[in-house]
Amino acid sequence: MSGIFMNVRGELKKSFQISAWFMFLTFPILVIRVNTVENVIEWRWYNMAIVGVSTFLGSALWRYLLSVKEKSQRINAASPGNMTSFQKAFSDKRFFYPALFILIGFVISFPFLFSMYQANIMITALIYVMLGLGLNIVVGLAGLLDLGYVAFYAVGAYSYGLLNFHFGLGFWTTLPIAAILAALAGILLGYPVLRLRGDYLAIVTLGFGEIIRLVLENWGEFSHGPSGIANIPRPSLLGIDMTLTQNTIFTYFVMIGLVLFTIFVVNRLQNSRIGRAWIALREDEIACQAMGIDRTRTKLTAFALGATWAGMGGVVFAAKTTFINPASFTIWESVIILCIVVLGGMGSILGVISGALVLTLLPEYLRAFSEYRMLIFGIMLVSMMVFRPEGIIRNVRRTYTFSKE
Amino acid sequence: MEPVLEVNSLTMDFGGLRAIDQLNLRVMPSEIVALIGPNGAGKTTFFNCITGIYTPSAGDIFLSVNGRRERLNGLKPNRVTQKGIARTFQNIRLFQNMTVLENVMIGRHCRTSSGILGAIFRDRRTRLEEEKVVSDSYKILEKIGLDRFVNELAMNLPYGAQRRLEIARALATEPFLLLLDEPAAGMNQKETQELDELIVNIRDTENISILLIEHDMKLVMRISDRIYVVDYGKKIARGNPLEIQRNPAVIKAYLGEDPDA
Repeated sequence: MSGIFMNVRGELKKSFQISAWFMFLTFPILVIRVNTVENVIEWRWYNMAIVGVSTFLGSALWRYLLSVKEKSQRINAASPGNMTSFQKAFSDKRFFYPALFILIGFVISFPFLFSMYQANIMITALIYVMLGLGLNIVVGLAGLLDLGYVAFYAVGAYSYGLLNFHFGLGFWTTLPIAAILAALAGILLGYPVLRLRGDYLAIVTLGFGEIIRLVLENWGEFSHGPSGIANIPRPSLLGIDMTLTQNTIFTYFVMIGLVLFTIFVVNRLQNSRIGRAWIALREDEIACQAMGIDRTRTKLTAFALGATWAGMGGVVFAAKTTFINPASFTIWESVIILCIVVLGGMGSILGVISGALVLTLLPEYLRAFSEYRMLIFGIMLVSMMVFRPEGIIRNVRRTYTFSKE
Repeated sequence: MEPVLEVNSLTMDFGGLRAIDQLNLRVMPSEIVALIGPNGAGKTTFFNCITGIYTPSAGDIFLSVNGRRERLNGLKPNRVTQKGIARTFQNIRLFQNMTVLENVMIGRHCRTSSGILGAIFRDRRTRLEEEKVVSDSYKILEKIGLDRFVNELAMNLPYGAQRRLEIARALATEPFLLLLDEPAAGMNQKETQELDELIVNIRDTENISILLIEHDMKLVMRISDRIYVVDYGKKIARGNPLEIQRNPAVIKAYLGEDPDA
């Protein structure tokens, strides 16, 4: 008992030292100000108090969270089942079915309960869910750090924009075509980077993303350059004329359908022979090859199947905004999608979904703090990496039961 | 009888360094052959040449199974595994974040064939194949004695069990020849004893030839039918355990020159 008390006292002492050090460091810039008009020195002692108290509290909180994390790790290492409390609750049927029912009700009634503005935000969020799930195949499962994912998103959006502009193809016809084109683009990127790993792969894919954007920006005859393509039709339903509101609601449900389709396919892929090969590739490339897995094929399927979803997401994006130009496909988009995967939980479908919702909805609803958006974003990412590196919802390996013969 | 593995004057150069020099080696069916030698003698390089991680600078590697003789030079590692050579690694290379069962299931990859469409639609053939992969993998774990760890993550296994899991994973690829790279490294005496029984058992029940690199001389002398000794990439001796123990060249390589001689 006294040992714990001593520990707390020691921690507080360290926090106190840190805050004293910060007060000392910031003293010249935050406390002293020379007023050149009246030629006097102002002593702003209140600033020192603010720095002292805030660093003390911040450091104490940091230490507390670290100790909590250490404790939970010790418990996790001891127990054989690797489930979190969240997942335990999730697998409990009494809790699961009512929760699922409420969720379905909410999802269906959402566009009718809230304004069109809200529905539009939700459509964007769902596009990001789809993008996140696609990138999850490449980064989360196959372990290939891809920073140029937005290129496939652009391929999808421009496929719809251009095919519609030149040939008048509709939304539903273009959707599979864009998926295939994006998959081909994925293979195109995959071939030259087969031998690369980690940082090197990240740099090359980053370059690839920028190349696609710059081509779209500068090849005016092909892509209409920076002015982009306008008047892209919204998703249609059997040629029925819809008002803008009706169409937004329709797009929302199209997106719900596509997300469910994505979840279905990604989940099945993940628990298949190919999904296992991806994970093995992520875990150890040499051992993976020594076990008879074709590295080339496995990497290319990961790139292609990851890109497919970006292509489809791009089509919906083009249809939703009815206007696309290269400015929508900057490196920043790739970074956000990567953050969704990492923050949500690499390789975990539920994690990626929650990551996408958090990262797209929070900035929308925290518009009041929009000036601090990047700051909050940064703090969030850093603290996630320190306290919960496995993401919001951790990926849990499937377990099997066997009866003794 | 035709040897399972036949290596003829294999040479491997890294720039100016000759890691393996004109090495000849044969492994007969159901034979346990040990490859020993001081540190840096080129033993692991030899394994890497056979399994396709390196492409040898000169020489030939032949694998003969079921009366068919095939040259392995220049094949990719996964093709070599498919032909029937499996290996373990000196520094354990398990898929740490996968379960024990999944590790073995990866070994079944090259003997199964379901693709992307099968994975998405889960047709009858894919389901049956998947069930068979699971039950086959479990049988291998039972045989190796790891069945109580099935759903454990590989990284959480005790050290000795991790080494055994590497063997289980290699067996899952249905090899004709198993290459073991220091399987007893870091094991205590009891674990080594168990490993010893396991290796002999694999040879006897599965008809798999085994080529192993090992520094534990007791283990090597107990289980090997023949031993090859290499030093500086050259073969310095070959023979059964008794002959090797008495061979002056081997004693010299291991203990250095006797100053009185």
